[in-house]
Amino acid sequence: MSTIAARVMGQALDRVEGADKVRGLAPYAFEHPVPEPAYLSAVRSTVAAGQITGIDCSRASAQSGVLAVLTYLNAPRVGTDDGELRILQSDQVAFRGQFVAAVIAETSEIARHAAGLVRVDYRPRPHDVELADAHGPDQLRVPQQIWPLFPIETDKGDVDAGLASAAIQLDETYRTPWYHHNPLEPHTTIACWTTEGVTLYVSTQYPAGVQHTVAEAFRLEPAQVRVRSPHVGGGFGAKLPRHSDVILAVMAAQLVAGRPVRFALTRHQMFSQTGYRSPTIQRVRLGADTDGRLVAVAHESVEQTSRLREFAEHATRATPTMYATPHLRTRQRLAALDLPSPTIMRAPGESTGLFALESALDELAIACGVDPVELRVRNEPAEHPLDGLPFSSRGLVGCLREGARRFGWQPRDATPRARRDNGWLVGTGMAASTYPAMQLPGTKVTIRATPDGRHIVSLAAVDIGTGTRTALAQVAADALRVDLDRVELRLGDTAYPPAAQEGGSAGISSWGATICAGADELRRRLSTEYGDTVPADGLEVTVDMPENQYLGRYVMHSFGAQFAEVRVHEETGEIRVPRQLGVYAVGRVVNPKTARSQLIGGMTMGLSMALHEASVLDPRYGHVVNHDLASYHISSNADVGAVEAYWIEEDDPYVNPMGTKGIGEIGIVGAAAAIANAVHHATGVRVRELPITCDKLLP
Amino acid sequence: MDTEIALRVDGADHRLTVDTRTTLLDALRERLGNTSPKKGCDHGQCGACTILLDGRRANSCLALAVAHDGADIVTAAGLAADGQLHPMQRSFIEHDAFQCGYCTPGQIVSAVAMVEEAATGWPSAVTYRHPDGTDGTDTGPVDLAANPDEIRERMSGNLCRCAAYANMIPAIQEVARS
Repeated sequence: MSTIAARVMGQALDRVEGADKVRGLAPYAFEHPVPEPAYLSAVRSTVAAGQITGIDCSRASAQSGVLAVLTYLNAPRVGTDDGELRILQSDQVAFRGQFVAAVIAETSEIARHAAGLVRVDYRPRPHDVELADAHGPDQLRVPQQIWPLFPIETDKGDVDAGLASAAIQLDETYRTPWYHHNPLEPHTTIACWTTEGVTLYVSTQYPAGVQHTVAEAFRLEPAQVRVRSPHVGGGFGAKLPRHSDVILAVMAAQLVAGRPVRFALTRHQMFSQTGYRSPTIQRVRLGADTDGRLVAVAHESVEQTSRLREFAEHATRATPTMYATPHLRTRQRLAALDLPSPTIMRAPGESTGLFALESALDELAIACGVDPVELRVRNEPAEHPLDGLPFSSRGLVGCLREGARRFGWQPRDATPRARRDNGWLVGTGMAASTYPAMQLPGTKVTIRATPDGRHIVSLAAVDIGTGTRTALAQVAADALRVDLDRVELRLGDTAYPPAAQEGGSAGISSWGATICAGADELRRRLSTEYGDTVPADGLEVTVDMPENQYLGRYVMHSFGAQFAEVRVHEETGEIRVPRQLGVYAVGRVVNPKTARSQLIGGMTMGLSMALHEASVLDPRYGHVVNHDLASYHISSNADVGAVEAYWIEEDDPYVNPMGTKGIGEIGIVGAAAAIANAVHHATGVRVRELPITCDKLLP
Repeated sequence: MDTEIALRVDGADHRLTVDTRTTLLDALRERLGNTSPKKGCDHGQCGACTILLDGRRANSCLALAVAHDGADIVTAAGLAADGQLHPMQRSFIEHDAFQCGYCTPGQIVSAVAMVEEAATGWPSAVTYRHPDGTDGTDTGPVDLAANPDEIRERMSGNLCRCAAYANMIPAIQEVARS
């Protein structure tokens, strides 16, 4: 495979929908004008496990303007086995916050008030909601699958012997807390049920997924379900799996058929209904020679899932890819608790796993007296450390060198607490990053060429803020070898051919590879059937995403190096991060402007992960206490200093015809470790449990 | 209980009947169909609903519509008079100071108001510490172009989960400079 020539790709173009977004005119799901909308408000369980013993809807139903009240007694039976989606199917409660009723009313004010009048009585059961070291082996299980498909456990050599024989040995446990995605746009749905089927406006990363889930649950043909998602106000993974809010909205729409039902989760409800990143307890053991060359790596992670739907954070997934070592072992275990289901959150696995591994590498560097950048260079593998396959491209060392140069890493006195500036302890730290370069299955694209030279490219992809509308049009222009203004890209609607989800940093790669195949097919047909002239009524082709012939022959990953400067106030422990700098090897960059935004956005989310965010569980009741944006703090403008992202030139002919490797997630990977390592350098305190808060730094 | 009120929104006069529980944000979005201000949290914690309320930035989700009978409201849509984008809007596009766009109308309204506040010498927590040891309560106009920390502080009522903050600073500096 060779990559296609870049004429439009590589240009730093403004977002095509920019003028709409800055005025607030780009419509998000809830905002589509629909006639006579009804409003839905949900009632959630107040126990973590138990049985509903009675529901009294009489006061709610008596309110003027209430159209209907949904409970398990009148809800339709759904045709899905997914426990998270099987709401209102029985009197059983599986977690605190699970939907147990809902009110449909003429206005949102009436619906909300009436929802508060629904009385639900429970017979609670004892619950198990705390992920703790106390979970013994009998309560932990091996995950069934690591999404999308990665080894659950890995073994190479004899780790125990390797560790025992190593001159330098490290054995530490690292912890990361619950995190919630909190896209600024809440999960919202408009559902309209008619005799023909159901039309949905949904805030989703996967319109085709919503279409099939709703069709299955309500026993419809997929063609009877139309999902429209022209603009999505952020997702970060939360809007990739289907959640019960969409099911509830469709149930309500069915009950008041003919009337569109608007349903927006409240910010509070998003802390129980839309997934989260599982906390992790990770043990990392490293064995190395005195010069820092790794002899053995063992990485074990314990995470939580729900009793309804399994998801594993797969915190050990990246470890086998990082460093050369003769002996390697990774293990994953899950505890199924009486809690909502965790899910994909930006770089699931890598972001938590590399906090642990890259913190451990920093500890090893100190133990060996080797510079942390040099330690990673010394352990650079020639091929994939686990299976011996070559990498399609591997730019880690290039990123480390370029990052160190740009950041001004040297000269650096590695001694902790050695730099002071006006009452602040100053430190620098770094970490490595990786994320797999993937293509996800399930994409088709239709390209229609018109005699006046336009090309209409249609697929049910979405732009969740990543810049898809702009960058994918740039890909299409180069695939079709036309100017950008000759491309009309149509997205965000299942009326178009199905598209794989916006996830796994694979959107551009999956959709773009399909567009390239479509462009080839269009040219072939124009050449063989039409003498290279578009016929008067146009020519349309529809193709599937092609198989990548190099899969299984090369290992495909993005890499990066992250650097951070941290200042910790000597007296208060206040932590500031005046500078973050990342250099990435992510293949070809389609749009440098939007790509840079993706990378700095990821790095800033990494800062937020390192210092600010943690969902606090109340073990008595099984819910997140700080369920709003005042007490679940995400980085605000004043928390963020200079954030710089760069990339090294990389031509990878094996990943896909564009040579892209994905940029949406790698920015968060390693960012927290770089900051934690800088905090250690500044203060001498090694924080192995995120978030790093000032109490952990005070003596 | 319903009450009739008058609102001037983006230069157009409206009379509307609202439930007394209706927020200004819901009145704009659900009654008048102006979805430029966004609902991110409904608790005044994210800033996505920021509007100019009688000339000052305000979280419209924390205001009851009946309490603002006769108010003059400007949304991000109204900043673009006659289809011409406001300089702040153009600068946000040029600097890619947004990604998903959901917090963006609130950010832009907030930034426009904030530039004006700084120009008229309103203090901030940053101003208070600087410059040169003075208490900062009477420092006169604040030079945002030269003090990015002032922008960071004054824009911290508007959250951006995509984290375009590092691009908002030069975007706002450029407008402040002109």
